[in-house]
Amino acid sequence: MNIEKFVREFADQFDDLDTSAFAAETLFKENDEWSSMTALSVIAMVDDVYTVRLTGDDIRNSKVIQDIYDIVLKKSNS
Amino acid sequence: MDNPFSLKGKKILVTGASSGIGRQIAISVSGMGAETFITGRNEQRLSNVFNLLEVPGTQYAADLNIEKEQDSLIELMPNLDGVVLSAGIVKTLPFKFINRKDWDSIFETNFFSPAILINKLLKTKKLNKNGSVVFISSIAGNFVGTVGNAMYSASKGAINAMQKVLAIELSAQRIRVNNISPGMIKTELIYDPIFTEEQLKDDEKKYPLGFGEPIDVANAVIYLLSDASKWVTGSTLIIDGGFTIQ
Repeated sequence: MNIEKFVREFADQFDDLDTSAFAAETLFKENDEWSSMTALSVIAMVDDVYTVRLTGDDIRNSKVIQDIYDIVLKKSNS
Repeated sequence: MDNPFSLKGKKILVTGASSGIGRQIAISVSGMGAETFITGRNEQRLSNVFNLLEVPGTQYAADLNIEKEQDSLIELMPNLDGVVLSAGIVKTLPFKFINRKDWDSIFETNFFSPAILINKLLKTKKLNKNGSVVFISSIAGNFVGTVGNAMYSASKGAINAMQKVLAIELSAQRIRVNNISPGMIKTELIYDPIFTEEQLKDDEKKYPLGFGEPIDVANAVIYLLSDASKWVTGSTLIIDGGFTIQ
């Protein structure tokens, strides 16, 4: 797994926002676009690409993209 | 006065009876006197439900998506006075992530399986005159669009449309075909970890009467299976705590 690739895939779930500056430390909920729809898209993307099932709590407890990445890493190794 | 909602003397089949809404329907229907035949995938849970039936018929653990198991179930059935199609699954996926396999999986359980079950019951002439077919649909079928719910909504919408034709076709035999469209009911099905507890609580606030319980659906099923609804066919009975009126 690769954090840069993950950040791009994560950023891809946004349709309006300019995500060119997205990085591992990006506070992904602090913008006008983040919604339950974006959250579901992230969950679906992670299931698709990494075969890992994130929960609503995983998203709720995360602040930066690195947080989500770490959870995905942990779940894909268990 | 005789109880107009009595199901005494009737033979009723309930699918999806090992858990959730189906489980309560089986218990309630039997409680009203119907000899109740139940099927579901989980043998242990189905057995537990069977032990709670006041007038037990038979139990048959089966995956109704498998044609052979459906055929075996049909073979076991006596002539029925009612069928309740309560087996259903949910999968939350934003539309652009849904692939063909996902569509097929939801439609298999929620639409094709119940449709083919009724088809086979008719072919084998196991649905009595004056009988009643009840589909457990959802307000998501024709009334409400929720993010991530395309497959489920489509499958229930398909049930709702199909039942109208079935109602007309079977009217000559006085067999009635109706659906119950519940809102959110407190069963395992709604506790998908994809949503947080807060999201669920926020959703519940949108219901004037809060989330419902399986018994709310089961009592409506009793009405539709009983002679009290003998003039009701092709209808949708919305059981949603007032959600869709807003």
